[in-house]
Amino acid sequence: MTMQQDLAPTTGDEVIQNYTINFGPQHPAAHGVLRLVMELDGEIVERLDPHIGLLHRGTEKLIEYKTYLQALPYFDRLDYASPMAMEYSYVLAIEKLLDLEVPLRAQYLRVLFAELTRIKNHTLNIAHHIIDVGAMTPPLWLYEIREDIMGFYERASGARMHAAWFRPGGVHQDVPLKLLTDIADWLDDRMPSLFEDAMSLVVDNRIFKQRNVDIAIVSKEDAIKWGFSGPMIRGAGIPWDIRKSQPYDVYDRMEFDIPVGTRGDCYDRFMVRVEEVRQSICIMKQCLQNMPEGPVCTDDRKVAPPKRAEMKQSMEALIHHFKLYTEGFKVPAGSVYVATESPKGEFGVYLVADGSNKPYRCKIRPTAFSHLQAMDFMTRGHMLADTTAILGALDIVFGECDR
Amino acid sequence: MTHSAPLIQTPDGTIEAISYTLGKHMVSIEEANGEVAVHIHRDALGECMFKLRDHCAYQQLMEIAGVDWPDREPRFEIVYCLLSLTKNHRIRVHLTTNEDQPVPSVTSIWPVAGWLEREVFDMYGVLFSGNADLRRILTDYGFSGHPQRKDFPLSGYVELRYSEEEKRVKYEPAQLAQDFRNFDFLSPWEGADYVLPGDEKTGEGAGNDAPPPATPKTSDTAAQTGAGKATNTEAVKRSVHKPKSTGDKA
Repeated sequence: MTMQQDLAPTTGDEVIQNYTINFGPQHPAAHGVLRLVMELDGEIVERLDPHIGLLHRGTEKLIEYKTYLQALPYFDRLDYASPMAMEYSYVLAIEKLLDLEVPLRAQYLRVLFAELTRIKNHTLNIAHHIIDVGAMTPPLWLYEIREDIMGFYERASGARMHAAWFRPGGVHQDVPLKLLTDIADWLDDRMPSLFEDAMSLVVDNRIFKQRNVDIAIVSKEDAIKWGFSGPMIRGAGIPWDIRKSQPYDVYDRMEFDIPVGTRGDCYDRFMVRVEEVRQSICIMKQCLQNMPEGPVCTDDRKVAPPKRAEMKQSMEALIHHFKLYTEGFKVPAGSVYVATESPKGEFGVYLVADGSNKPYRCKIRPTAFSHLQAMDFMTRGHMLADTTAILGALDIVFGECDR
Repeated sequence: MTHSAPLIQTPDGTIEAISYTLGKHMVSIEEANGEVAVHIHRDALGECMFKLRDHCAYQQLMEIAGVDWPDREPRFEIVYCLLSLTKNHRIRVHLTTNEDQPVPSVTSIWPVAGWLEREVFDMYGVLFSGNADLRRILTDYGFSGHPQRKDFPLSGYVELRYSEEEKRVKYEPAQLAQDFRNFDFLSPWEGADYVLPGDEKTGEGAGNDAPPPATPKTSDTAAQTGAGKATNTEAVKRSVHKPKSTGDKA
């Protein structure tokens, strides 16, 4: 130290070299397998290069070798924090190509579980955002909510995470009435008390605000040209929500508000997600109130299999079942791009069908690609410790980003 | 329209407005499945995108998708999905290219295109001129080949394992314990384009070269079918079923 001071002409002229550090891919705050190559000037981030693809499994390639129905479970494994929201775009794309009508009860069930999935995703993201900036208790309470939701998932589909419950034409199975009443009770008591308790610890917390307010401000113009969607574009102050502007299933019958941010910083993005959880509760209550009785899957036997009991009696039903689970159904040639409002933003599927029983091409538009790409300009000029807050507010899951 | 996919209503006159704006740069425009798809010339991509963004209000580039059509020339189709936040409308812009012809980059119009173009380059080997950072993105460091091409095998060429002897991770040629099985469940009478085992002679092959018989065989009388009085009397006889002796005396 004394040597350096002696050599330096004056203290103001000290030459400090930038240095590059590697963050991840094995880091708890990397939200999976993200590798960031960061160029630092002291503690200020000068440049940031995210290296992704460490979880690349070739999902799109695999889908081309599967029938339409066999390809469905791959979607659960994309964003494993919100599995049913991933299936949603895919089944809607198939239904659009087939021009298939979905029974009303199935539409309500899908909206109900899509919103349940949104809560599941947001509680995970909010919890991790909080833990990334140093608080410990709220995540424990939020994980209670997540655990309840996984229980509901299991009771509806049989799986806690990878549900494969949305099917072209509706949903796989009807839910028992007790599950719906349990969800209603949970929405009335347990869920709001857990959630509001956890939020009361952070939203006005001084340390939490110091770590998030005015960090990584994104203007409206930047949000548009970087292809933002979901809570990221709403955090920047643009009231854009596909559920409202291009409604699918029964979202046009739901009344809910779209929260928007005012400053476009990490705190706004966080608060948008917090408010979205409350709006999701509101949507789910409307679903439970208005859900009609009736079939939960289309009765087009060329697409959806018949009931098991029917197969015991009807030869035709047996043939339909056999054909659907060997050959699958054929989708007329054409291409569609269907995007839904997944919890993380616009999750799109560009599906090219060639008239056979397998997708010719299924391009998945992950939300993370545009958001993570923008991290470079969002992080520039901020401190090293802010990168975790910024990454937490981006809401990245690598299953979806890398595919 | 009966499906319940996201509702996108094409405003009246959209197709005419886009055709007018793009002019000679456009090859064709069509509306199918409720979505507008514009096919344009590759070299005019930059100009078209500028016009679509600034004159037609398609502010956001959401996705760049590649599609490989090995039978076509040029074989790759690049699809740009645009979104208008103000008009609440989506369009797709299609163009074609091959391995050698670079596509103009749109990174100067939408910075988000940087990674999207990198992905198409990684997956298909399509080059984008003007993209300053055209590295691979999803595949491994040092990967060779472009996996989304239709002629790239699903199982790949190399596999990765940790070598206990060399104390490092190493690549080896992929060896499958079981041959890769790709089942084809299309029924042969509904347009599968291969010959079923045993059907070789009935198709275009040797069997069909023989001229058809001059007089088609018909069976005009009952005798020609092999039926007759003697046969019929045999046929009407009742078969006598003897109860099986079980050996049980009671």
